[in-house]
Amino acid sequence: MNRPSQPSVAPALSQRLANAPWWLLVLILIGLFAVFQILTNERSTTIFNAISRGVIVTVRTTLIAYVVALVIGLAVGLARTSSNKLIYNVASFYVEVVRGIPMLVLLLYIAFVAVPLAMDGLNRLGVVLGSAWLSALTPRNFPNEWRVVVGLGVAYGAFESENFRAGIQSIERGQFEAARALGMSYFQTMRFVVLPQVIRRILPTLGNDFISMLKDSSLVSVLGVEDITQITKLYASSTFLFFQAYSILAFIYLTMTVLLSRLVRWMELRLARGRR
Amino acid sequence: MIIIRNLVKTFGAVRAVDDVSLDVPKGSVTVILGPSGSGKSTVLRCINHLEEPTNGEIIVDGLRMTKDSKSINAIRAEVGMVFQQFNLFPHMTALQNIMLAQRVVRKRSQAEVRDIALQQLARVGIPEKADSFPNQLSGGQQQRVAIARALAMHPKIMLFDEPTSALDPEMIKEVLDVMLELVASGMTMVCVTHEMGFARNAASDIVFMDHGKIIERSAPAEFFASPREERSRAFLRQILH
Ligand SMILES: Nc1ncnc2c1ncn2[C@@H]1O[C@H](COP(=O)(O)OP(=O)(O)O)[C@@H](O)[C@H]1O
Ligand SMILES: [Mg+2]
Repeated sequence: MNRPSQPSVAPALSQRLANAPWWLLVLILIGLFAVFQILTNERSTTIFNAISRGVIVTVRTTLIAYVVALVIGLAVGLARTSSNKLIYNVASFYVEVVRGIPMLVLLLYIAFVAVPLAMDGLNRLGVVLGSAWLSALTPRNFPNEWRVVVGLGVAYGAFESENFRAGIQSIERGQFEAARALGMSYFQTMRFVVLPQVIRRILPTLGNDFISMLKDSSLVSVLGVEDITQITKLYASSTFLFFQAYSILAFIYLTMTVLLSRLVRWMELRLARGRR
Repeated sequence: MIIIRNLVKTFGAVRAVDDVSLDVPKGSVTVILGPSGSGKSTVLRCINHLEEPTNGEIIVDGLRMTKDSKSINAIRAEVGMVFQQFNLFPHMTALQNIMLAQRVVRKRSQAEVRDIALQQLARVGIPEKADSFPNQLSGGQQQRVAIARALAMHPKIMLFDEPTSALDPEMIKEVLDVMLELVASGMTMVCVTHEMGFARNAASDIVFMDHGKIIERSAPAEFFASPREERSRAFLRQILH
């Protein structure tokens, strides 16, 4: 009570200093340094320009694969809550298999095994149907970028389906019953009553999965798709500028993911505030 | 209006409803009484097929219930149901709650849907709450929106499953008043409730259930004055304390 106020302010200040997000400051400083390098150092400028060509590919494959994953995830998530045992088991088989295989192996498998097999199947179908176009298809008709999209989409589809399943199961039984009691069909119930609530609940998770996917899209470099990782690998090994090249690569990923995670955080706060 | 013949519903080893037969004539108000777990809700839920009967026959408005989902949905549209927990859709306003099924099930036009929704909201006494979300409403108001939502479908039958049991005492009356107005309008109703005042005044028939069976069925005056069965008497002694 009769203590001077000075000592009580000092701990508060040191407390605040201790709790400040120093990691963010360090990150920003490194970022500024990187930007400075890229703008002023001619070599860095060249490297940055070379690598950033691939940003388009990275973003495009991630976006398309993400949409594929959401579509698969929704369908499989619904299937996993189905009372039809056949549908449930087929969906569960897919989810368990995909979740048990490393992403890299899955990508290789889909690109080099599943796609050629599917092509073969289509060829046979073409012969049966007498369609010259189908029987003339070769794996070459299926560019690597598409395989990557299928691979990432199938892999993440399993994760998204778990989000949807958990989300659907978190909705109270009474919601289904009220909708069904009003005469709505299964699909109307899902479309108008259940899924709008599910999506509000899982939106932050969906956002974070997009960020994970952006990072995992670097794996596609093993298929020779010219995303930023692949371009960097090629560039670094031909110029031996490993340090600059990989630093700039990391910097580009970091910029994208930090911005995106801020966006997800903002969305989360908005949802929390608008929660009705 | 509703004919139930030898209805049986089992959950595993539990016989929730055990050979129940019941006629609900058009314009009548049947109140089902009975201790907790006696199968009252299950009977209601079999009527609109929220539970699939294990055995027996249910005919609603001349239509026999089958397993075909099209015919089930068609019958459900004619049978309104009000739940203990209201079950409003939390992401929609009161008005949107009342409009949804009219639009997607009844396929009415947007303008008509809106008119009917506003009418029903006025009927249950809260026209000013049209744009409120469920979590901005009191329990009594939510339950009234739920009733309006069911009525907007213009059902031929209304089922109530303990509509006031989740309400604070001061809100029970506002919901019962709406139900009494419905009775006066000639609606065919089946109500599970513990509100003995409502049962006594509004019911045309009292059905008393225990252990999945109908023990007694009488007119309310008779049931409350001189119940025929010992179990009914025991139940009344307990509840009228
Ligand atoms: N979905 C269900 N699964 C298993 N048992 C149930 C289910 N619904 C009801 N029961 C059982 O059936 C019996 C009757 O339940 P209910 O119809 O809800 O009774 P009441 O509405 O009269 O309280 C109870 O023993 C209850 O535990
Ligand atoms: Mg009950």
